[in-house]
Amino acid sequence: MKNKYSVFSLIKNAFSQHENWQQAWGNPEPKKEYDAIIVGGGGHGLATAYYLAKKHNLKNIAVLEKGWIGGGNTGRNTTIIRSNYLWDASAGLYDHALKLWENLSQELNYNVMFSQRGVMNLAHNLQDVRDLKRRTHANRLNGIDAVWLNTEEVKKFCPIINTSPNIRYPVLGGTLQRRAGTARHDAVAWGYARGASDMGVDIIQNCEVKGIKRNGDRVEGLETTKGFIKTNKIGVVAAGHSSVIANMAGLKLPLESKPLQALVSEPVKPIIDTVVMSNAVHAYVSQSDKGELVIGAGTDSYVSYTQRGSHNIVEETLKAILELYPIFSRMKMLRQWGGIVDICPDASPIISKTNIKGLYFNCGWGTGGFKATPGSGDLFAHTIANDEPHKLNAAFNLNRFVSGDLVDEHGAAAVAH
Amino acid sequence: MFLINCPFCGERDQSEFSSGGEAHIVRPKQPTELSDDEWAEYLFMRKNIKGIQFERWNHVHGCRKWFNVVRDTSNDKILSVYKMGEKPPVNYK
Repeated sequence: MKNKYSVFSLIKNAFSQHENWQQAWGNPEPKKEYDAIIVGGGGHGLATAYYLAKKHNLKNIAVLEKGWIGGGNTGRNTTIIRSNYLWDASAGLYDHALKLWENLSQELNYNVMFSQRGVMNLAHNLQDVRDLKRRTHANRLNGIDAVWLNTEEVKKFCPIINTSPNIRYPVLGGTLQRRAGTARHDAVAWGYARGASDMGVDIIQNCEVKGIKRNGDRVEGLETTKGFIKTNKIGVVAAGHSSVIANMAGLKLPLESKPLQALVSEPVKPIIDTVVMSNAVHAYVSQSDKGELVIGAGTDSYVSYTQRGSHNIVEETLKAILELYPIFSRMKMLRQWGGIVDICPDASPIISKTNIKGLYFNCGWGTGGFKATPGSGDLFAHTIANDEPHKLNAAFNLNRFVSGDLVDEHGAAAVAH
Repeated sequence: MFLINCPFCGERDQSEFSSGGEAHIVRPKQPTELSDDEWAEYLFMRKNIKGIQFERWNHVHGCRKWFNVVRDTSNDKILSVYKMGEKPPVNYK
């Protein structure tokens, strides 16, 4: 790495008032031709380019981003990372990602602030209790750490939760994954961008894809706002806009794009040192290192590309938050925003080839793609480089909607994916 | 959030309605004849348009009737509302 970050480089740069740090990634103009092009410069897209260059020895790669890198859902999510999914296929996929997270700061020489503070999922009725206990057992059979906590143990783990039996949705218990946690979302995009750029990947921002050029059943290149770029391998990682790109190639995907909202409060002293999620009442909360409460709300029920979301969704979420955490009743919310999430009918992603040669899709992450960023990039890179899926993403093919072999993760995902 | 002009009740808040997704997906006349590909197309594949989309809504907290809406999904503006069974307006494509 041309400019390794370390305590020594920090001290060295302190003497020049930190004015001589090198640019972390380049800002090149597109070449005429690439061996592979990744459409979408979010965490997943940049990770894909990084692993293509690192593990599959493809050096002539570009990442095209219509805005700025990490400006889409990578910079808009609530940064929760966990792998406690029900089915074997999902457990394999998400735990692969979690294992990569555990070493990601060292791997990238970039502090992604991965914090294994634990994620607790609450149960509010008898069916929740049964489902979550079942999921705990399934997780443990797949080698994923999970424990069931009763109401007293929930209260002990996170004392500010209201465990009174008299509230509308009383806390009957919960599951805890201690290896789960959060990371700094921007740092993930920046770290992968820096790593990829170092290996010669061209990261081209403000470059929107306008069309896909096809020759029969294979791709030939991309029409972009910076001209035509030739390539015979295109990996699309465009999240909410996946269907728009697919439409350019004459493909239809099983996706619906909807706004998902999040909000943060004013910064306060440390009050909650874990992540608590409640699928049933649509509330999840954690606290950022800056001190803000980070709160995830639900999706709107209709297709929209507006990156806003409706006010009533936020109201419902905050109602639930206030019932579970009465201590937050005087908190002021500072910012609210929306991102467009691409939701699959089975709440599982698609990392797959298509019936057009050289065109690959990594989409359908819905409300919970951030947690999978390193794993998704690694497996998608494998799929593009070998024109075959890795065994960990074989189940997440596009053909499952024809064969009926769905990976139904609505229970583990819900809105709090 | 936006207002929807229910053809039976008039203008109401969007939160009174439930979205039924893409409109004019015709239920197969002979389901037993369908191939797996055709089932996948009917059940799962969606246009998911960024722009003008034809869709179904149900006034679930009102008259509980279904109807069709033409909406621009890039800005949530509603362009037209028409009843079930009526022909979609031709000036939007």
